[in-house]
Amino acid sequence: MTSAIDIEAAMTRMAEQLRPLLKRRPLMIGVHTGGAWIAERLHQQLDLKEPLGTLDISFYRDDFTRIGMNPQVRTSHLPVNVEDRHIILVDDVLHTGRTIRAALNEIFDYGRPASVMLACLIERDGRELPIEAQVVGEHMKLGKKEHIKLLGPDKLELRVQEVNG
Amino acid sequence: MKPGLQFDDAGRLRHLLTIEGLSRQTIIEILDTAESFISMGEREIKKIPLLRGKTVVNLFFESSTRTRTTFEIAAKRLSADVINLNVDASSTSKGETLLDTIRNLEAMHTDLFIVRHAESGAAHMIARHVPPHVHIINAGDGRHAHPTQGLLDMFTIRRYKGAFEKLKVAIVGDILHSRVARSQIHALVTLGVAELRVVAPKTLLPTAVEMLGVRAFTRMEEGLDGVDVVMMLRLQRERMQGAHIPSEHEFFNLYGLTPAKLALAAKDAIVMHPGPMNRGLEIDSAVADGPQSVILPQVTYGIAVRMAVMALIMGGASEPPKYRDAQMSRAAKNPQRAGGRR
Repeated sequence: MTSAIDIEAAMTRMAEQLRPLLKRRPLMIGVHTGGAWIAERLHQQLDLKEPLGTLDISFYRDDFTRIGMNPQVRTSHLPVNVEDRHIILVDDVLHTGRTIRAALNEIFDYGRPASVMLACLIERDGRELPIEAQVVGEHMKLGKKEHIKLLGPDKLELRVQEVNG
Repeated sequence: MKPGLQFDDAGRLRHLLTIEGLSRQTIIEILDTAESFISMGEREIKKIPLLRGKTVVNLFFESSTRTRTTFEIAAKRLSADVINLNVDASSTSKGETLLDTIRNLEAMHTDLFIVRHAESGAAHMIARHVPPHVHIINAGDGRHAHPTQGLLDMFTIRRYKGAFEKLKVAIVGDILHSRVARSQIHALVTLGVAELRVVAPKTLLPTAVEMLGVRAFTRMEEGLDGVDVVMMLRLQRERMQGAHIPSEHEFFNLYGLTPAKLALAAKDAIVMHPGPMNRGLEIDSAVADGPQSVILPQVTYGIAVRMAVMALIMGGASEPPKYRDAQMSRAAKNPQRAGGRR
């Protein structure tokens, strides 16, 4: 089922919330894969001068010993030193919070940032960790078995799926 | 030695014993994963938590510096705890069998054994006897296989030369005694190189080597003609019983890789060697240290490739805690077997 959410409008809301923060010269980092697509568009929309970073958190997942390695690991790429910088971490969907926990751990292995802020296209229910987004495109309430996924990269589309278990 | 031993019921790789039987897809997956570890070099903390809390034992029944060290670094970069054991110096000299050594180390909750042994098939034998949550990587068994060396060679070739389908590759030297050559041949055939040659004197070529899918040459002039990759092998004098070569001097004259012989290969050919090198025997220093040599990058890439293999075989396997709990509760129900516990 395709979601009725207007992604463009949600991203514009995110950009407006982020604009006042730009004087701190933040570094934007997108989480692979959906987060990187959103970050790419926000980076362009806000006309950020610093290059965009991307993170693949596969090596930091807490379920590695249960489900093993993601068959398509991408390389994390942080072109600018994160030391003492303000970071805007971008993801597509904030759900359990475990992805963000892993992303934070990885960022800290590159250095000690001054601050990290979380920006998400979709903020949904179901948190399992004390992690919240400061910038949100759209809030959603979904059933326990419902799963929302961002499809892309050329045309972004949100899809709600039923998952087993 | 059935290759099926390497996979679990779900078809996932759980041991790496030989490249024989690995699909092209599995090899590419290992190389791609290794690629993602290369970029870790640019980070402040060159370590990831993938194998945190896991115990890796480097079990070497045969001496090695490069292989053991790169396995150790690889395991440490993945945050595992690593123990190095050179066994020839301890238990076996007191009469302990290989399996007893393994069982003792297993009782210390080891998750991964990296095994090097002078006997072909040693790693396979161990793999058959360990419980499901314990993994084995073969770091060289006799003349049989050295799969991580073969994989790091493939990684090096791909980095310097790109697609395998277009490449002419020559493996040169002591093919007969070389587990490295066997692993390289299986990998290169699976990856589908355009042409694979082996070059050696007749005495150092295994009988029916052509069955493996290679063309055999006994003259360097013909064997090296136009190749893109020259893979040299170490002359393994310690494994030679009887006269395989007339003299070292003559071997160097006929088969040693000198700048003049290398000139027969393609202009941009790369030169590889698994180490340790016998300078002035199978390779001239001018070539080993020359601009076409990628011998040191091979060592560096060995770390990323070994990290990839460990990460792939250790992830998503049967869960050790359950296994251990089951063992303990069995012991608790049966107090006689629980030894001195009250």
